[in-house]
Amino acid sequence: MSGRGARGPGWGLLLALALALSRLPRTRGIEEEPSGASQGFQVVTFEWHHVQDPYIIALWILVASLAKIVFHLSHKITSVVPESALLIVLGLVLGGIVWAADHIASFALTPTVFFFYLLPPIVLDAGYFMPNRLFFGNLGTILLYAVVGTVWNAATTGLSLYGVFLSGLMGELQAGLLDFLLFGSLIAAVDPVAVLAVFEEVHVNEVLFIIVFGESLLNDAVTVVLYDVFTSFVALGGDQVTGVDCVKGIVSFFVVSLGGTLMGVAFAFLLSLVTRFTKHVRIIEPGFVFVISYLSYLTSEMLSLSAILAITFCGICCQKYVKANISEQSATTVRYMMKLLASSAETIIFMFLGISAVDPLIWTWNTAFILLTLVFISVYRAIGVVLQTWVLNRYRMVQLELIDQVVLSYGGLRGAVAYALVALLDETQVKEKNLFVSTTIIVIFFTVILQGLTIKPLVQWLKVKKSEERQPKLNEKLHGRAFDHILSAIEDISGQIGHNYLRDKWSNFDRKFLSRVLMRQSAQKSRDRILNVFHELNLKDAISYVAEGERRGSLAFIRSPSTDNMVNVDFSTPRPSTVEASVSYLLRENVSAVRLDMQSLEQRRRSIRDTEDMVTHHTLQQYLYKPRQEYKHLYSRHELTPTEDEKQDKEIFHRTMRKRLESFKSAKLGINQNKKAAKLYKRERAQKRRNSSIPNGKLPTESPAHTFAIKEKDLELSDPEEAPDDAEETSGGIEFLANVTKDAASDSPAGIDNPVFSPDEDLDQSILARVPPWLSPGETVVPSQRARVQIPHSPDNFRRLSPFRLSNKSVDSLLLAEGSEERPHAAPPESTHM
Amino acid sequence: MGSRASTLLRDEELEEIKKETGFSHSQITRLYSRFTSLDKGENGTLSREDFQRIPELAINPLGDRIINAFFPEGEDQVNFRGFMRTLAHFRPIEDNEKSKDVNGPEPLNSRSNKLHFAFRLYDLDKDDKISRDELLQVLRMMVGVNISDEQLGSIADRTIQEADQDGDSAISFTEFVKVANFFLILVETEVSLLLRLVSNS
Repeated sequence: MSGRGARGPGWGLLLALALALSRLPRTRGIEEEPSGASQGFQVVTFEWHHVQDPYIIALWILVASLAKIVFHLSHKITSVVPESALLIVLGLVLGGIVWAADHIASFALTPTVFFFYLLPPIVLDAGYFMPNRLFFGNLGTILLYAVVGTVWNAATTGLSLYGVFLSGLMGELQAGLLDFLLFGSLIAAVDPVAVLAVFEEVHVNEVLFIIVFGESLLNDAVTVVLYDVFTSFVALGGDQVTGVDCVKGIVSFFVVSLGGTLMGVAFAFLLSLVTRFTKHVRIIEPGFVFVISYLSYLTSEMLSLSAILAITFCGICCQKYVKANISEQSATTVRYMMKLLASSAETIIFMFLGISAVDPLIWTWNTAFILLTLVFISVYRAIGVVLQTWVLNRYRMVQLELIDQVVLSYGGLRGAVAYALVALLDETQVKEKNLFVSTTIIVIFFTVILQGLTIKPLVQWLKVKKSEERQPKLNEKLHGRAFDHILSAIEDISGQIGHNYLRDKWSNFDRKFLSRVLMRQSAQKSRDRILNVFHELNLKDAISYVAEGERRGSLAFIRSPSTDNMVNVDFSTPRPSTVEASVSYLLRENVSAVRLDMQSLEQRRRSIRDTEDMVTHHTLQQYLYKPRQEYKHLYSRHELTPTEDEKQDKEIFHRTMRKRLESFKSAKLGINQNKKAAKLYKRERAQKRRNSSIPNGKLPTESPAHTFAIKEKDLELSDPEEAPDDAEETSGGIEFLANVTKDAASDSPAGIDNPVFSPDEDLDQSILARVPPWLSPGETVVPSQRARVQIPHSPDNFRRLSPFRLSNKSVDSLLLAEGSEERPHAAPPESTHM
Repeated sequence: MGSRASTLLRDEELEEIKKETGFSHSQITRLYSRFTSLDKGENGTLSREDFQRIPELAINPLGDRIINAFFPEGEDQVNFRGFMRTLAHFRPIEDNEKSKDVNGPEPLNSRSNKLHFAFRLYDLDKDDKISRDELLQVLRMMVGVNISDEQLGSIADRTIQEADQDGDSAISFTEFVKVANFFLILVETEVSLLLRLVSNS
């Protein structure tokens, strides 16, 4: 691990500091009393004892965070070794150093700290950012794995270990069947922390991800119940356990799981309700989210229900309403805070797992027991997965294939939950506690480090085996993507996938009752618009959209994004930004610059061709819109991706709306008679307005002509964007376009001429023709310019406008945005026309 | 829902559709209820607006082109039969279908019909060629806004170059089939999945 070596002197220093501090308390403790008594008042006192605990905690957090920085300095390491494994190793090293210096294991992950402070943020984060639809869509599968799978793992592991124990292979152990079952139950559960830490880095498909993720969260109820049941059975003693107790155990499973869930839902309701009324206390808004969720956790813990389920469901249920209720800033705060807490908690957990392992007192070695545990948990996990999948595949729409099953079984990582549970055991009742603790630690290390290390290569290897080696051709890539889109569309046209009825019912209920109660009036309204525009998009909206545009005297939103950019660029900077410049173009230029002799030229050209190919592939890969299935939101604990998919949705949505509006508009203006008529009409109007807007009735001929000459090129380039707009025209559109494209192909090699521009027109006019006829004379030029410079269509600003919500998709917000952007952008364009 | 729909759908019509498209009885019933739920005007036909109301299509870059594919030339209404005919392109090819009926009319879901469906999405002027411009249009729809037109143009050029065999700087249907055919194998699994869903739910 070169990462450790790379830490360098800074680390040595830090460690020394930490060490010194950890040794301080004892010496201080002795000196403190006399010095305080004899000297009377002191100006400066060294009160280490006073701050000891929080100080050490803060230091540990600092160390862990710094460690993360260091790990990520080298991308090579983190891409191969999962961070969790690195942290464990770091913990081991630190623990080793502390132990070497002190000979006591002063720090360990205590169950209290873990369950009360470290686990809740992680689980809340998971719930709050849970991709709900995916989760509920696969709920059946997840539940099966979580409940049946965990019980199966616990039972088989416990029983098999007991069986082996009876055969005498493990030597003498003071443990009965119940102890083994208890151990089995705590080692059975897949751990949410560990699983996510590893799976985030392995790119598996969304279904697989949500299954493992959901399973790890939901199996908590099972683990808690099994654990409680078996601890009480062990306490009772094997003979005392009656059938009634077993039945009680089963009943308690339902109480614990359903109770926890209900508790979470109840608190989510409360939370949503509270955030509805925080309008005047924006600053503490985010606090409610954390405090109330945490209360759900504590309350469930108090009632001995499943706390993890409670806080998970609190997060899942409240997310929609909370996000709608709180302000944008608060939403951002909540997101970041959540990620911060979860990520720190995870870091600390893994580091302390490492540190906790450095304690000779807890180590009891029993080769047979430890090895067999490892074997059994892996084998039974695999068997369980295969069996359950076999059952599931008879009912599931999306089959789980062999590779999925391998990943599922291999991804069964154990983690801190198991450790905390085993550390909770009472030594007087469970005589072999130390052996169990050691084994658990080994199992955790084995799964997190070894499986974590190998799962990525494994997945890649399996994937490579499945798909062909060669790089797909451009055509394949392009048409393949087109096919994907077609399929998605056909899928959407022929109806949603599964769970249709229930989902409809639920969203009805939600709209009619829940949202009314839980959402602010304003949020409700905007939601209706935002989501319904998005979800129940229809022509009526479009009509009001256009009407609104008419009323406001601007159709800014109909501008095409690329034109916007271009014009925007034209006005602000002399040359288009270098980012936009085509790499292949630059490459080609290079060729012409070094044309020396034909041979080398040929060679160079070939290599350039390859490079160009690569570049093209890369560009396509990067920019082709992803089909629906590929970009569904996945959960990541460490990253707040600015949701690429939302951006994409917005872009496409804008385009679609624009197209439809165009076609709607033209239909309204009587496109079917002739598009040209409408165009002429527009131009006429525009011309008139322009004339009237210029005082002396003359067109400014000189300078604008120059500006437009530049623009001509840009507009031409952006034409392919425009042309499809017309292609979507109702009825006559296609034939119309056919004519246009034929014409265009003959006389314009650079691109399709926008039908709006005919070659015989002078450019000045053609630009004006694009101004909608209903603009008031005073605003003739400016609004259209503004529209082009306007923010909503430039991709970077999609995010800035409304970073995390769908609101950009709403008609309202667009108009609002337009209104708000009006002032700052009105000025620059004007200048070009003076 | 299903039962109500099936009563509205006349039996003989159902039989005809079954024969024409190869959909099973339950699939047709299921799709009919979908059809009626899309049909907001309740006049037994779908208009473009009906399709445009499907929210997911608004975020499908090819959404409107696909909608257009449902409408026969020059018409702006499509009845259930036409609806089914278009959907039938996406019915998976079943094993028992491959062997039988070589002489009969080509089923709608044949490989070449599927490809033709896709091809027509590009080929707007119906000259059985995808010209550079047509390709550019589709490309523009399918890429994000932050790709430059220059890049896009060069991508289109390359794509055509790669597929073009007769040197007419356009992709003909045969050329298209050559480059696109193999996806069907990949795609078919997905499609069959889709239409299994249709029958299941």
